[in-house]
Amino acid sequence: MRAQTWKNSGIDLKPGTKITGKWYKNQYLIRGKLGKGAIGTVYLCESGGKLAALKISDKGTSMTVEVNVLKSLGQVQGTRLGPYLLDVDDWVSPNGTTYSFYVMEYLKGESLSLFVKNNGNVWIGVFLLQLLEDLEQLHQSGWVFGDLKLDNLIVLSSPTRIRWVDVGGTTQTGRAIKEYTEFYDRGYWGLGTRKAEPSYDLFSLVMVFLHLYYPQRFERTTQSEKLLFKKIDQVKQLQPYRNPLKKAIAGKYRTSSEMKNDVLQIVYQSQNKSRLKKKGNQKISNIPFYIEMGGISIVAIGFYILSLIF
Amino acid sequence: MKKGTLKQILLITDGCSNKGEDPAGVAALAYEQGITVNVIGILENNQSEDVGGLKEVEDIALSGGGVSQIVYPEILSQTVQMVTRQAMTQTIQGFVNKELKQILGSNQSIENIDPEKRGEIMEVVEDLGESSDLEVVVLVDTSASMHDKLPTVKESLIDLSISLNSRIGKNRFCIFSFPGKRKDIQKILDWSPQLNSISEVFPKLTSGGITPTGPALREAMYQFSKKSLLRSLRNESADVEEFGY
Repeated sequence: MRAQTWKNSGIDLKPGTKITGKWYKNQYLIRGKLGKGAIGTVYLCESGGKLAALKISDKGTSMTVEVNVLKSLGQVQGTRLGPYLLDVDDWVSPNGTTYSFYVMEYLKGESLSLFVKNNGNVWIGVFLLQLLEDLEQLHQSGWVFGDLKLDNLIVLSSPTRIRWVDVGGTTQTGRAIKEYTEFYDRGYWGLGTRKAEPSYDLFSLVMVFLHLYYPQRFERTTQSEKLLFKKIDQVKQLQPYRNPLKKAIAGKYRTSSEMKNDVLQIVYQSQNKSRLKKKGNQKISNIPFYIEMGGISIVAIGFYILSLIF
Repeated sequence: MKKGTLKQILLITDGCSNKGEDPAGVAALAYEQGITVNVIGILENNQSEDVGGLKEVEDIALSGGGVSQIVYPEILSQTVQMVTRQAMTQTIQGFVNKELKQILGSNQSIENIDPEKRGEIMEVVEDLGESSDLEVVVLVDTSASMHDKLPTVKESLIDLSISLNSRIGKNRFCIFSFPGKRKDIQKILDWSPQLNSISEVFPKLTSGGITPTGPALREAMYQFSKKSLLRSLRNESADVEEFGY
């Protein structure tokens, strides 16, 4: 999506700017810009010697809605689905404008494309499963991610785990998707509604992996489904998963666990195949081992007989 | 609980009006009657964003209590749905602010409330935005300079109906173009919950020379009152049907 030209949406904080909350008086020192989205700008900041991410915007209502989502996600038991929310407040700038901001944990990671480039395609299956797992959790707690895209994903290291960073599009199940990006949106491709339901996220999930291998993206045609199927088939790295990917595009999965099971099946099968190959190799290399074992046994039996005689 | 109906006029144009009354004045009149006026100004691809003629776009939306946005054709789809959604939130927030002032005193508004409570209020605003019924009169400028942009406009309207029909609340749209053949505006599509049927109508639009934005807005405003009359009749029979459940 191109940057929207909403009026006075520009806020530019220089490194070194001190931000003090209007309500709770917490202080943050801006260290640098991390990114800019449709709603606000995210900065790296420091507070009490710790680093954190601070999102600030003049669109107070949209920010409040995001904070509500982050809070609800924080209440989901078990794994952490969104970034951890640290503070919510307003900031009155020196020229008198009031901005809303919130502070969340700073997740330091690598982009998905860079990681896969450096670490190989083995990780495709892993990330696909990790994302499906997270989506399953999210869906079960009554939410749909909505704006799932390459830009909203980062890979954390040790242990390697894919995480989503921007929850601005997260919508309650059954409502209309709040925020989306055309390339990832099934409505744009004419392949479904913008109703928040698990299958909406699964469609976007496939588009994430297509975008990964088509960095320039591609244009839509009248026969979208055919086109997307073709695009999936043309990527060698996605070959093993092409069936579940196509099923997700066609909206055949009602839940993420259905898709996860299909992907797991594929992962197991390919593991078995490679294990069988290894076993074959082992047989050949085992022959000297058997000879040796045989030799040792003969010697042992000899000693045993000798011990019987004496 | 019976949720209210939000009324909006969505004006899509590429420039200045040159005939009839002041469009900003008509927009103000519409706003007084509970109709929000949103305006989208479409730029030529080689046009810069601060064109004098498009100042009118902002003025109309300001006095119509709505949202305005000036865009290049390629991001029209996303803009149309964003503007509509944003205007809905804005209208509902306006109601809520008014209530807050009554309860908490005249200098209170959502911004003056601490973030914690603000979150709770926004949840209510969101709920209302999702479940309210919505009526939109779409007003498309078909003066000569718009000719090349009409296919994009058509696509973005179909896209709008995909977005809005994914909501829980009901939607109704009707589409008018201006200038009409002999009148100020011409009906393209009568009140309908879907916009898929516009594909056949749109290519036949002829473009004219004049841009009577003011008179067109006034006609658009009248569409609501006609509609309300019909609806109140229909509602009565619908109420009877509901007893059957």
